[in-house]
Amino acid sequence: MTQAVSFVAGFLPYPQLALHVPDGFLNLPVTLITWVLSIALIAVSLNKVQAEYKERAVPLMGVCAAFIFAAQMINFPIPGGTSGHLLGGTLAGILLGPWAGSLVMAVVFIVQAVLFQDGGLTALGANIFNMGLIGTFAGYYLYKAIRSSIGMNRWRGMAIASFVASWTSVMVAAIFCAFQLAFSGTIPLGVALTAMAGWHFLIGIGEALITLVVVSYVWRTRPDLLFDPPRSRMVNSMPRAVSPR
Amino acid sequence: MRQSSRNRAFTVLGISVALLVAVFLSPFASTQPDGLDRVSQDHGFDTKAAENPPSHQLPFYSIFDEYAVRGVPAAIATPLAGLVGTLATFGIAWSLGKLLVKGDSPTPIDRMPSADE
Repeated sequence: MTQAVSFVAGFLPYPQLALHVPDGFLNLPVTLITWVLSIALIAVSLNKVQAEYKERAVPLMGVCAAFIFAAQMINFPIPGGTSGHLLGGTLAGILLGPWAGSLVMAVVFIVQAVLFQDGGLTALGANIFNMGLIGTFAGYYLYKAIRSSIGMNRWRGMAIASFVASWTSVMVAAIFCAFQLAFSGTIPLGVALTAMAGWHFLIGIGEALITLVVVSYVWRTRPDLLFDPPRSRMVNSMPRAVSPR
Repeated sequence: MRQSSRNRAFTVLGISVALLVAVFLSPFASTQPDGLDRVSQDHGFDTKAAENPPSHQLPFYSIFDEYAVRGVPAAIATPLAGLVGTLATFGIAWSLGKLLVKGDSPTPIDRMPSADE
């Protein structure tokens, strides 16, 4: 959000939907490091998707990207005169796995920055890293660990894992962002951590609820589309005569 | 193929939900600052945001003022931007997948070709 925009935000006829780190918040070293990390992880993801993914993942990549872009536009109010919106990294990881998931997230942030000036172009590396890569990788592996410990093939395992992992991914993204702002000399670290973690504690609950609803819907209707489908209800190529419930 | 038509149905449903959200829900989005915005205002570094960021040099800046199409009535500016953005995101992610995924790997002979596509 530019200064001018934030000044007039209250008077605009349409919702003000700036979401991500703008240009100017981060210094050169932080900008470069986050770019390098993002590009490296995206390069690995490109190779992994090429090597391991199948044709069926392609439409799901498109749908997942479209849904996360749309959902990110919808800021939900949280107590204290603030709003939050879905980040979607963990959701992308659960549906597509961390590799295709991170590519989908990168596409979303690139479209937002290039077309809609949402998130700075220089800060794109940081935004992709914080919200895309942490969400997809950390979120996905945490989800997988929790889900397998409770029960890989049980709804409860999937639900608790989705909820906890998506909430955690938002908190971790906010904490990383706080560190980046502090290293850039924008705000003292203690202040940044308290403020970012405080608000995102609540925003993460919204993230967890949305993620849970979407994953539950896919689990009930097309569990075979999940990156880690439940084994007991795997859908084979034969059409099922009766629904499992 | 039953399976491929089910997949197509899911894709159509998914993109429809995304479009409905972007077009019809976006005007109702909260106008309160989001987490980072709020922190930047509370701690006075919102002024650090670049006045004239590089994205303003791009041609898209003359079409979109953030999530609003310029030069159309305010009521449809954001839904229209949501429509364009959702379709663009879908198209790019889908194309990227198409470019990367070479269909089912031809190497293993031990499995039947999948009935997906």
